[in-house]
Formats: sequence, structure tokens, C-alpha cells
Amino acid sequence: MQHKTKIDAKKDKQELIITREFNLPIELLFKAYSESELIEQWMGTKVIKLENRDHGSYQFETSHEGNVMFKANGTIHKVVPNQEIVRTFEMENMPIGVQLEFLNFEKITNDKSKLTIQIIYKSEKHRAEQLKLPFEYGLNMAHEKLEEILINLK
Amino acid sequence: MKLRRDVFQAISDPTRRTIITLVAASAMTPTAIAENFDYSRQTISKHIQILTECELLKQEQKGREIYYHLNPNGMKDIADFIEPFRKLWDDRFDKLEAVMKNHRSKS
Repeated sequence: MQHKTKIDAKKDKQELIITREFNLPIELLFKAYSESELIEQWMGTKVIKLENRDHGSYQFETSHEGNVMFKANGTIHKVVPNQEIVRTFEMENMPIGVQLEFLNFEKITNDKSKLTIQIIYKSEKHRAEQLKLPFEYGLNMAHEKLEEILINLK
Repeated sequence: MKLRRDVFQAISDPTRRTIITLVAASAMTPTAIAENFDYSRQTISKHIQILTECELLKQEQKGREIYYHLNPNGMKDIADFIEPFRKLWDDRFDKLEAVMKNHRSKS
């Protein structure tokens, strides 16, 4: 089966390209990125600040049981409604550093649209730090799953 | 299924998982890898050996030094490495689509 979301991470490069087609009109796809309440719903984070305009900025924060688990922020360089967002993104207290993001919104049909995100990291190493986050999490899950299976076999 | 079990064994150890992520960023000599740990060179060599036997790491001789990198056996290993990251975005975008469909039906 063809994956809906594609990640293109070429070797020896410091960028990633994420592409995804949505069964949504382009206006709705763009709206998902420009309204705080909607971002909160699909990203599962609290939006502390969002000025979705040229030279604006934003701040996200996620808490779990009263503890802040995740903080991210960035500046918005350019916004062209239903077409483009250029912004930076940085997770606080992480070794990934700031990244530059080019979000490209494309209309396919009236009910279909495509999002392409080009992310540029400071270096290939910074990109690897980003990629290994869910990778390590996945490995831990795989390992726990394996332990579970082994325990059940005993 | 033998290989799969071996790979699981290889990644079951946190030190070996760290080694994988280190060399995923760039090829490294055993000395450079060992510098990231408080363990003895011998201990790290043993971990490297296990990872190599499981075909997760590959050796490359450059002059007098041996470098280890993620096994580039096709792009499959890289794809496996990225897969959890891809899955994370796929889930996130599924959520976006669901949220926006719901939003549209409300308005």
C-alpha cells in the first residue's frame, strides 16, 4: 500500500521533505495551520501565541498532569493564504536546534489538496537528532512488545 | 525469522541503540564511538561486534582506520530508521484531516 505521508530524507543532506495529500479543500487545509483552536486539536498542544502573518511568531506548549512536557516556538517569516508559510521552528531544551520550514499548499481538485513541507536543519547531525527521537521511542516500544511476548511464552 | 530475532536482540540494549543513532548521523571509528560512553573500549567493541553481526552496522576501511556506518544495504535500513518519524506525521495528518472534516460539517 502506498503511504499517504512521504518523507524524503536524502543521505548526506541537512533537509527533509514531507509530503501528504489530504481529502480537504485547500482552504480547510490552510485553515488547519492558521487558527489556534484548530492547531490545538490536531497537534494536541496548547497554542500560547500565534500571529499568523509576515514577521509574526508563535509558541506551543504541552502539559501533562501539570508538568510542561513540550515547548516549541518560532517566527513566521511569510504567509500567503492558501499557498505558503515560511517559518522557523524550535523545540526548547532539545539538541535539534532551530529549523527553517517552507510549507507549500497546493490545490489538486476542489476537495483535494497537497502539503509539502521542506525542513532545513543546521546540519545533517541536527537532522539525525530529529529523526532519532521517534526512532528511539519506536525501538523502546518494539523492545517492550518483545519482552511482553517473551514473558507470555514462559 | 532468524535475522529478525537477531535484530531485536541487537536493539534490546540501550548502549547499542545509542551506537546505532550515533553512526546514523555519520560514520565513526570505534574510538570515536567509545568516546561517547563511560564504558571500556572492550565493552563498546563487543557491542559494535554484535551490531555488525546483525548487519545493522557495516565496516569500511579508510586508510588505517575502520569506520562503522549504518548498513546501507539498499535504502531499506534508512527507510526503517525513518519509519517511526513518518508514522508520527502520518498519524498527525490523519488527525488534521479528521479535525477539519468535523470543522467543515459544523460550519
